[in-house]
Amino acid sequence: MSNVKKFVFVNRKAPYGTIYALEALEVVLITAAFDQDVSLVFMDDGVYQLKRGQQTQAIENKNFSPVYRALEGYDVEKLYVEREALAARALTEDDLLVPVTVLSSAELGALIDSQDVVLSF
Amino acid sequence: MLHIINKSPLERSALDSCLRTAGGGAILLIEDAVYAATRGHAAAARIEEALARFAVYALTPDLAARGVADRLIDGVTPVDYGGFVELVAEHPASHSWL
Repeated sequence: MSNVKKFVFVNRKAPYGTIYALEALEVVLITAAFDQDVSLVFMDDGVYQLKRGQQTQAIENKNFSPVYRALEGYDVEKLYVEREALAARALTEDDLLVPVTVLSSAELGALIDSQDVVLSF
Repeated sequence: MLHIINKSPLERSALDSCLRTAGGGAILLIEDAVYAATRGHAAAARIEEALARFAVYALTPDLAARGVADRLIDGVTPVDYGGFVELVAEHPASHSWL
């Protein structure tokens, strides 16, 4: 019985200014628990979710960035980052806390087009 | 892919991000995003350019509510709620941009 769909989660928000990034992670983990094919896209301010060295004690928020490193344990290994979004924020792949695939805007668009379900956060 | 956008392009980047990444398909403008498809708007040129790659629709009730139904750009197709449902049904997937 194959009921596997391709889900892509499009992350476009920075991590602590709104609840979207954390909520996306929750849904990603739920989707993975149902053995679905999960991909994560990080574009616009969403790339800040993967920035190394987040220290949230002083803003009294939970630092959920280690969860991105744990995704591998849930078979969530397809993380895609928009090259233009990194460049616009003076970030490189070395600034990110997990291994990712860096794609151009057009490549990212094609990837999203190939999915069965698109959820935006 | 049906791209659904609901935020003003002068307040949020959803429209620009959609146009930058997606190669084609359909775009449905609803709520505050309908302003993008009005003549003379700062985003109007981008919508006109997008018409070469996308079928672009705008939700009539949202245009009317904002008093801009008479300013819809040529080439953008007005749709009512029934049309909205048909668009969702005829595309294999929808992407509601936040």
